[in-house]
Formats: sequence, C-alpha cells, structure tokens
Amino acid sequence: MLYDLLLAPFVEFPFMRRALVGGLAISLAAAPIGVFLMLRRMSLIGDAMAHAILPGAALGFLVGGLSLGMMTLGGLVAGFSVAIASGFVSRTTLVKEDMALAAFYLVSLALGVTLISASRSNLDLLALLFGSILALDDPTLILIVSVASATLVALALGYRGVVMECLDPGFAAGVTRFGWVFHFGFLTFVVLNLVAGFHALGTLLVVGIMMLPAGSARLWTDDVSTMIALAIPMAMIANLVGLLGSYHLGMASGPAIILVAGVIYGVSLALGPHGIVRRYFPQRHLEA
Amino acid sequence: MADPILAFEDLTLGYDRHPAVHHLDGRIAPGTLLAIVGPNGGGKSTLLKGIAGRLAPLSGRIINTFPHMAYMPQVGDLSRDFPVTVFDLALTGLCGRRGMFGRISRSERDRAIETIGLVGLSGFEQRSIRTLSGGQLQRLLFARLMLQDAPLILLDEPFTAIDQRTIDDLLEIVARWHGEGRTILAVLHDLELVRHHFPDTLLLARDALGWGPTASVLTPDRLETARQMAEAFDRSAAECHRAA
Repeated sequence: MLYDLLLAPFVEFPFMRRALVGGLAISLAAAPIGVFLMLRRMSLIGDAMAHAILPGAALGFLVGGLSLGMMTLGGLVAGFSVAIASGFVSRTTLVKEDMALAAFYLVSLALGVTLISASRSNLDLLALLFGSILALDDPTLILIVSVASATLVALALGYRGVVMECLDPGFAAGVTRFGWVFHFGFLTFVVLNLVAGFHALGTLLVVGIMMLPAGSARLWTDDVSTMIALAIPMAMIANLVGLLGSYHLGMASGPAIILVAGVIYGVSLALGPHGIVRRYFPQRHLEA
Repeated sequence: MADPILAFEDLTLGYDRHPAVHHLDGRIAPGTLLAIVGPNGGGKSTLLKGIAGRLAPLSGRIINTFPHMAYMPQVGDLSRDFPVTVFDLALTGLCGRRGMFGRISRSERDRAIETIGLVGLSGFEQRSIRTLSGGQLQRLLFARLMLQDAPLILLDEPFTAIDQRTIDDLLEIVARWHGEGRTILAVLHDLELVRHHFPDTLLLARDALGWGPTASVLTPDRLETARQMAEAFDRSAAECHRAA
C-alpha cells in the first residue's frame, strides 16, 4: 500500500526518477538563491528575469529547433544581457534597479514575441512557460545538476559578500572595491538557475520553487543560515509530494510541485512564529 | 612611509550642477581631530560623501592617500529589517581587513565582544538588530566603525539620537583615537561639544567661512555670517566662472 503510494511510481517509471532527481537538484540551488532574493527585496526580480529569459529561449528554438544547447544559450544570453544592462543603469544613473530591470525585460519580452510571431513557427509556448519535468533527458539532467553544484559552491564561497551586499550595500562598497562582483555574481547564478530550471518547470514556474520555500522559511526563523537550511528541504518536499500527487491524480507535474510549495507557504504563513496565528494570539509578554 | 595626505584642490561638490561645497581648498594634517560645523545645506555631509568616494566632484579634486577609511553616514543603506544579530553586524566591521573570504580569528571575535561592551551594548550580542532602538543602533554602528580600525575616520552627526551618558563614552573613544594619531572628521551641530572636545574646526556654509583652531573659528560674527547663508539654490543661477 505504502509502497504503491510512495515508491512504485519511481521504481516502475524511469521518467519519474529523472523528474525527481532533476527536481531535487533544482531545489538544492534555487531555494538558497530565493532566500537571498527575498532578503534583498528582489522577490519579484526572479519573475522579471524569467520573462527576460523566455524570448532568448524562444529564439534559440527558432535557430536550433528543440535543442537543449541552443535554447539554454539563448536563455543565458538574454538573461545576462538584461541583468548586466540593468545593473549598469542602476549603478550609474538615478534609475533604481527594479525600474531598470522592468524596462529591459519588457523590451526583451516584446522583442521575443515579435520575432516568434514573425517566424510563424509552431513553437509550443506553453512548454516554455510551464516546463516539462517528466521529459528530462540526460543532457538536461546533467545541466541541472551542474548548475546546482556550481551554485552551492559559489554561495558557500561568496556567502559573506552576498550577505553584506544585502545587509548594507553602502558599507560593503566602502570596505571592498569588489562589492559589485558579489552583486553581479549573484545575479549570474539567478539567471543560471532560472535557465537550468526552465527545462523542468518552465520559465514562469521555476520562480515558484525559488521564492515559495524562501518565503516559507522566513516565517520560521530570524537567522539567514537556518532559513537556507529550512528552504532547501521545503523545496525538496514540494518536488517529491508534487510529483507523487500529479502521478496519482493525473495532474500536470510542474504546477502540482508549485502548488505543494504553495501549501507549505500557507501553513508557514498560518503557524510560523512570524505568522498569522502568533500575530493574533500572541503569548504573554515577558518581564523587563 | 610618507604621511598620508588628505587635501582639497578647488573642490566643488554638489547635485544637479548646483554646488553644495564651493571651491574648497585646504589640507588636513594627519592626526587632526576636526569638527565640521555649519547650517543645514551647508555642504558638511556632502564633503564627507566626496571624501568617501560616494560623490564625484563637479570640479576640482580630492587627494586622499590614506590606505583605508571608515565612514559613518548620517543616513546609511543598512536595511534595518534584515535578519542579523548585533554581534554579526559588528563583525562586518572586520571585513575591510579580513576581506570577504578571510577567516575571523578567535581574538578578533573577542575584540568584537569587547567593542560591543565599550558602546554599552553588552548582553545584546544575540539580539536581532530590528529589536534595537534608534540610539542603540547608532551605538552599534559606532562599534562596527571601531572594529574597522581605520587611520581616517569620517563621522556624520554620530551623536544624533544618543543619550548623554553614551555620548560621553563615545567622546572618550574619539579622544583615544586622536591619541593614537588617527585622523578624524566629524560633522556636528553641538557647538559646546565642539569647543570642548575638538581642537580644530571647519565652518562650512557652501564656502569655507573659517578653518583652524576651534576658538578662532567659532567667533560670533563668523557664526552670524554662516547663519545668513541662502539655503535654497538659485534656480536661474548662471554658470560659475570663479578662477581656480
């Protein structure tokens, strides 16, 4: 019974195993990235970047067909161009980062859609938007796992710099000339994770596995490393439960994963120490 | 090694082409303890921003050969709701020396604890910074600044929102820095405090109205001139052609 429920799908179907491996790898890297995006108040930046990546991936498809290489390359080029251009604009002009990014991603999106409709191709936009986690092939899995590994190593090495850039960018700029390296380095890994993740979850839903566990973890703790340590298993559980749920109930897998992440967020929102219940039913205050 | 130099050459700093500091010349000797006083909008903070490299001059230049500096802005970029403890925020003061990768040693951690005690925040180490009062946060920023251990220290209204007892403690620390030969520039409004604790003063009201020993700068007629400074920019100001 329990075997049928939890293990059989993965034992019997290789595509389910691949989906699980891909999903867990994405969780491992995307969740910590999401924690830092949230702490920088850039929670929506992932969404904007995902929109910027979409036209690049679509262009890659137009050039090379449904090839991992061309679509990844297209997504990376589009993502990096938008990240670098908006970073440059926000650091040299009065325009703030969110506006700079909004401007570039909107132009990128419009440009992409124009090119796609001009080419009259049969590109399946829905697959790009919402991914196909049940159809991960070996090269795609290798890409996802490589990006996840690189992300974890980079975050471990750059942890102090990234935290300081989030905490007090002005101070960070004063003590090191290389504050911008951490900022752009961080954005690089945002783009890399979005591009690796979109093969599985699509450009839009991949943001969900980045941000929802981060937001959930924030409600349970005030410590950044604990937050990361919570967000990763939350994302993994969402992947596992989402895959199993979609298998047994015959739903689409990508959205199911994000829905489970949403449920975890809802529970955290209600029950977390920084959540709603504690807000309306506070404990008695302490002695001075 | 030669003494480090901090000097201004015909320096104009400002915003949108309007000068906030106008044609400033001068040189700050190493080991100086200098108060910068003057009316609001007189260019005090702007001058510190310029020295800290946050604002490029409109014309002229700043020569600064100090290897590093510690700068406490009046309004910083610190995000106050960031989940970080008092201890960890103080430790970031070590990053100028240790960089973004270097290990922070046991003795440096002890020094951080000791410094937190010096600004009167013992027992707060594991508190989240969002639970601090405005004055407590200011003291914590002072602790971070102390841990930066810089030869050049820029303080922009460091004593705002701090109670008298702590001001006295912090002034003692400033005096100790002075004794160690550090160069300190502090923007201040409390003229009594300046008279008692700062040997040199720069009276700045867009132009430098006086610069030298405090007693000779803070004279009644000079202060009256500073009071007369027109704070608002002249919207239709012509281009400045004052000779360098």
